[in-house]
Amino acid sequence: MIAYIIRRTLYAIPILIGVNLLTFVLFFVVNSPDDIARAHLGVKHVTQDAIEKWKAERGYDKPLIINERAAGVEKITGTIFFEKSLALFAFEFGRSDDGRSIGQEISTRMWPSLAIAVPTLIIGIGVAVSFALLLAFFRGSYIDLWGVVICIIMMSVSGLFYIIGGQYLVGKLWHLVPISGYDVGVHGFKFIVLPVVIGVIGGLGAGIRLYRTFFLEELGKDYVRTARAKGLSESRVLFTHVLKNAMIPILTGVVVILPTLFMGSLILESFFGIPGLGSYTIDAIQAQDFAVVRAMVFLGSVLYILGLLLTDISYTLVDPRVRLA
Amino acid sequence: MPFQPVILWTDALIFLLLALVIAFILIARRREHLRAPWREVMRSKMAMGCLVVLLAYFTLGLLDSLHFRPALPSADASNGRVDYSTEVLSVLDLAAAPLRSRVEKTYSAPFAAYSYARETVTRLDGTQVREFPRLQFGGAHLQDPAAERGRDILLRSLRALLVGGIIWLLSGALLVALLARRANTPFRLMLANIMRGRTAIPWHVMLYTSGAMMLLAAWCVALSGAYHILGTGKVGQDVFYEAIKSIRTGLVIGTLTTLVTLPFAMLGVLAGYFRGWVDDVVQYVYTTLNSIPDVLLIAAAILMLQVYMANHPDQFDTIALRADVRLLFLCLILGITSWTGLARLLRGETLKLREMDYVQAAVALGAGHAAIIRRHLIPNVMHIVLITMVLSFSGLVLAEAVLSYVGVGVDPSTMSWGNMINSARLEMAREPMVWWLLLAAFVFMFTLVLAANLFSDKVRDAFDPRLRKL
Repeated sequence: MIAYIIRRTLYAIPILIGVNLLTFVLFFVVNSPDDIARAHLGVKHVTQDAIEKWKAERGYDKPLIINERAAGVEKITGTIFFEKSLALFAFEFGRSDDGRSIGQEISTRMWPSLAIAVPTLIIGIGVAVSFALLLAFFRGSYIDLWGVVICIIMMSVSGLFYIIGGQYLVGKLWHLVPISGYDVGVHGFKFIVLPVVIGVIGGLGAGIRLYRTFFLEELGKDYVRTARAKGLSESRVLFTHVLKNAMIPILTGVVVILPTLFMGSLILESFFGIPGLGSYTIDAIQAQDFAVVRAMVFLGSVLYILGLLLTDISYTLVDPRVRLA
Repeated sequence: MPFQPVILWTDALIFLLLALVIAFILIARRREHLRAPWREVMRSKMAMGCLVVLLAYFTLGLLDSLHFRPALPSADASNGRVDYSTEVLSVLDLAAAPLRSRVEKTYSAPFAAYSYARETVTRLDGTQVREFPRLQFGGAHLQDPAAERGRDILLRSLRALLVGGIIWLLSGALLVALLARRANTPFRLMLANIMRGRTAIPWHVMLYTSGAMMLLAAWCVALSGAYHILGTGKVGQDVFYEAIKSIRTGLVIGTLTTLVTLPFAMLGVLAGYFRGWVDDVVQYVYTTLNSIPDVLLIAAAILMLQVYMANHPDQFDTIALRADVRLLFLCLILGITSWTGLARLLRGETLKLREMDYVQAAVALGAGHAAIIRRHLIPNVMHIVLITMVLSFSGLVLAEAVLSYVGVGVDPSTMSWGNMINSARLEMAREPMVWWLLLAAFVFMFTLVLAANLFSDKVRDAFDPRLRKL
């Protein structure tokens, strides 16, 4: 088992190198640091001095890959590729445009993100599984048919509509909770309720529909026929046998996204003014803060690969039939 | 010539896509194994009803893709030289010319005769008052809006519905007559069969859906002549016109994304055919791309495009071209984040197909790799591409709105539902609320996405043999 985990971890290395190279090409080769400086400082009326100053402030005043002027190891280490790209492997994200440490920001901002993302995930799965079980129980009937149609209708509504509508109804019209903001501890509860509820509702249609197909797939299997043949009631078949087996694909689907929960939700966080990583990213995109965007791209990929790794491991844990080969 | 045709990049690709889909339909008609699942789709009432709605959207989108530059009224027409306007218009703009030109000063509510914002008006006697001024165009024909408006709207609605109903009856009768002639049955028998739903294809559902659409269209056309039926936006533009123009943007993103990524997805065919190191490389590339969160990759790529455009203004001389290149690039980058799924499907299918007898026979006959891939593999995986396009369409239309919100969507000068929502969001706090922009964008988007989702649901059912037995 440990050998398997080590091997799977080693597989992740070439992928991370690929992501790193890709971000390097995207952020430094497609447009040279000069171009980026010029775009930042305003394209017209910008002097070469201003560009050099901008680059020096951010450490972009070095050659891209090979530093001809330096000697020895410096030839490699004194370059943008080494300082900005390879440093990501050591989780050294550098500084954002306003001079703050990105690593520091990430470690403080991930908690508000988690405060929204974790309850949304847990409640979302609970609600979706319950409804999906209901539809699977009444499969083929009008309840099932219309349930699926309602799911499709819910999926067809833009996520922005849920957020704007929810803020308008609950926050502005009924004054139940503040429209946006964040606080820690017990006082923070009133800020979290609405984003969580909206997050759950937004994902409900797709979730119910997906889990329903999982249940229906299990219902067609041989062990279900055996269970019925020995005289178990339909509800018992569904709630004990089918539910247990269908939890395997459901939970492994959840494990993939567990690490990425740290990243938070871009849209929810920025609408509700939650100081998490999602709103951090969105602010960086809108301010064209490339250092932050680059850091988030790399961090997101690392977390995603971690998720894949966890999924593989959890598969082998819950289903012994999956060989470790 | 009174106009000069302009073919934007996305226009060319849209018509290429249209040609491909028509070619596919012609091929599929002759092959039973491709035809059977589609026949099942065509028998579904829900799917055909949705198809009518989708076709209506596509017609508007296609009309909006025929671009041209109108000739300017020149001072001396004698020397034969004609100057063309720098403004790129479409056929749809021509049809909706009154909507485009009737611009108010600022916001106004749907069917309003008065502006949303107070203005200082100087009366005839010289006194100045703050009041809501009358709109320049919306309800301008009314003497006393408060008293006349309700009656006027009702009368116009009734007249519009009457006209719409007549058009529907005539076109419906024409369709039934055509069907009767093709089936060689008397008109009345055909009509009775259709009305009772006894035809293989649910024509009655299509007739009712198109009837509802025609009544709605007639109503919109008639009333938008005298009012702003969905209000006006910040700079006084007609919101109904904006929503209609946004259809093309949504369709381009929803369909071209799959088309643009076809070359990448074909790597999946190569991987499945050659296996070995080609397979390893392709799988490595798509795992790497897949591991970057979609929104971040899109954001990074669009930001880089912005920087590039800012530094090379000479390559993008007109606003229309700039906006179009950005739209195409957005499709491309959206495709790059989503081609991995399609490539994986194509790889799996090719792995299966390459062991088929006819491929083995082609190998035995000495056909080269290129010939086998072109003649035997690609035609047989094209249906997967089409299904993927249908299934991913609605998600892409919704994604456009979110990306525009993040600030990495279409160009701000392109009319799109995302841009409409984005601009309205800033006005949320105003009292009374400016709700009509949001409503228009969400309703137009919801109708399109719902129709596409219900249609693709049936397509999925028809093609997925596992679900068919349930």
